[in-house]
Amino acid sequence: MKPIIQFENVHYTYPGDELESLCGVDLSVERGSFVAVLGHNGSGKSTLAKHMNAILVPDTGRVLVDGIDTADEERVLDVRRRVGMVFQNPDNQIVANVVEDDVAFAPENLGVEPAEIRRRVNAALRLVGMYDYRMHAPHLLSGGQKQRVAIAGVIAMEPEIIVLDEPTAMLDPQGRQEVVDTAFALCRAKGMTVVLITHHMDECIGADRLIVLSNGHIAADGTPAEVFADAALMAREGLDVPETAHLLRELRAAGMKLEGEPLAVEDCAELIANTLRNEKRSRK
Amino acid sequence: MLKDITLGQYFPGNTVVHRLDPRTKILLVVVYIVALFQARGWVGYGLVTLVTLLCTALSKIKLRSMFKGVKPMLFIIALTALLNIFYTAGTPVRPGWIITWEGIARAVQMMLRIVLLISGTFLLTYTTSPIALTDGLELLLNPLKKLRAPVHEMTMMMSMALRFIPTLISETDKIMSAQKARGADFETGSLTRRAKALLPILVPLFVSAFKRADELAVAMESRCYHGGEGRTRMKQLRLERRDLIALILGGLFLAGMFVLKGFGL
Repeated sequence: MKPIIQFENVHYTYPGDELESLCGVDLSVERGSFVAVLGHNGSGKSTLAKHMNAILVPDTGRVLVDGIDTADEERVLDVRRRVGMVFQNPDNQIVANVVEDDVAFAPENLGVEPAEIRRRVNAALRLVGMYDYRMHAPHLLSGGQKQRVAIAGVIAMEPEIIVLDEPTAMLDPQGRQEVVDTAFALCRAKGMTVVLITHHMDECIGADRLIVLSNGHIAADGTPAEVFADAALMAREGLDVPETAHLLRELRAAGMKLEGEPLAVEDCAELIANTLRNEKRSRK
Repeated sequence: MLKDITLGQYFPGNTVVHRLDPRTKILLVVVYIVALFQARGWVGYGLVTLVTLLCTALSKIKLRSMFKGVKPMLFIIALTALLNIFYTAGTPVRPGWIITWEGIARAVQMMLRIVLLISGTFLLTYTTSPIALTDGLELLLNPLKKLRAPVHEMTMMMSMALRFIPTLISETDKIMSAQKARGADFETGSLTRRAKALLPILVPLFVSAFKRADELAVAMESRCYHGGEGRTRMKQLRLERRDLIALILGGLFLAGMFVLKGFGL
């Protein structure tokens, strides 16, 4: 199947900057997959995200979204209705004084029929679990709730891809969990393509694919287990690995034989317990 | 202190006044203001006061909330009253005084006029959600689009401004606390000193407001915002029978005021 997003040798420099923010990125995102993008501040993560819905257009190279070139000015709206973007600061992306009016903003812009907008708004709010808050004022909600409203706001557009640009950076741990759970639910239950940009390792664990970005180029690309197992790479990029990967590495260094690379806490615990049990049995 | 600002505040409710179409309410406020300025004597002012109280009762807005809206204007009201007391010719209260009976009457009427003016407009914002208000305004001003007036852009800016008032207020509070924690003093000193003390608040506030505006613009574009063309609305505004009745009543009220004016009442 054709990838839904395709970057072909993309270069981009911000006007007035000397350094390139993206230097020759090649990337394709499969339909229905969950892709996490990890990297430090200034690694080009947000620049990458903004290329996905034609907020930025490559200097050289091209970006195709569902086969549409993002540089084609005639079709900017076609690109944007396919790619929903959620940004870091929930306060700065909510446009209306009432939750449901805000969710209705995108379909209103697209000229959707009023009855259909109402249906989409209700469906989107139910999906993120904010239906009971539809009449509330956004500034009275918690950070995690605001961010879920923002997600509902792009879902109401019925996009094929959702790009979340560090959606948890300004949230407390509980809010972070709410947002990450919502993102995974969209991919797993609704079959949407999700691109999650973050600098929290633990948010990447469940992803199908993990891309590490460094100084505008792709430093690593693989399953989270593969990427986190590459100790040299993680150290070079100055990235922490999840606690589970760290623990497995230490245990291996101490001579324990462990198979696989489970990153979720429960799976990891199970692997260690099983290995210990087997060792005991073989000693007897 | 900043939390007391009632500008653009909306008290949700489900009364007849709340349910009226925002366009009707905007038109009625215009009618009300014109009517108010036709009042010449006590009968006229009495009628306007009665209508205002009636509408307030219908909308179940507490009189206390109304006074809260008037409070920031007290200084101007007092000043107007004072000037009218001293500068109106007529029979002096006592021989030799410059205060005249006419002056006192005039001062009371002026005060009443300002209070009624504020109450009437506040009744609109108290009973109409900001979104409905801007929607109504946009529809009312729609004919001006033919003259290339940027009606949609103006009303969009208005609703954005209303949306960001609470956000910016809480930000101001935060900046003030941060400055206070470092020893800034906003409460004492002369007026100029206090005004100067505000500068370190305004600068970061403006910087962050511009940053917000920038991010908001990107977020709006990402959600396919491309101006007013081809936009639809989830909440359609429809004129009901109650709107017609309200407009007729408003018209009668205005006519009544003109008649009273004709008699000089």
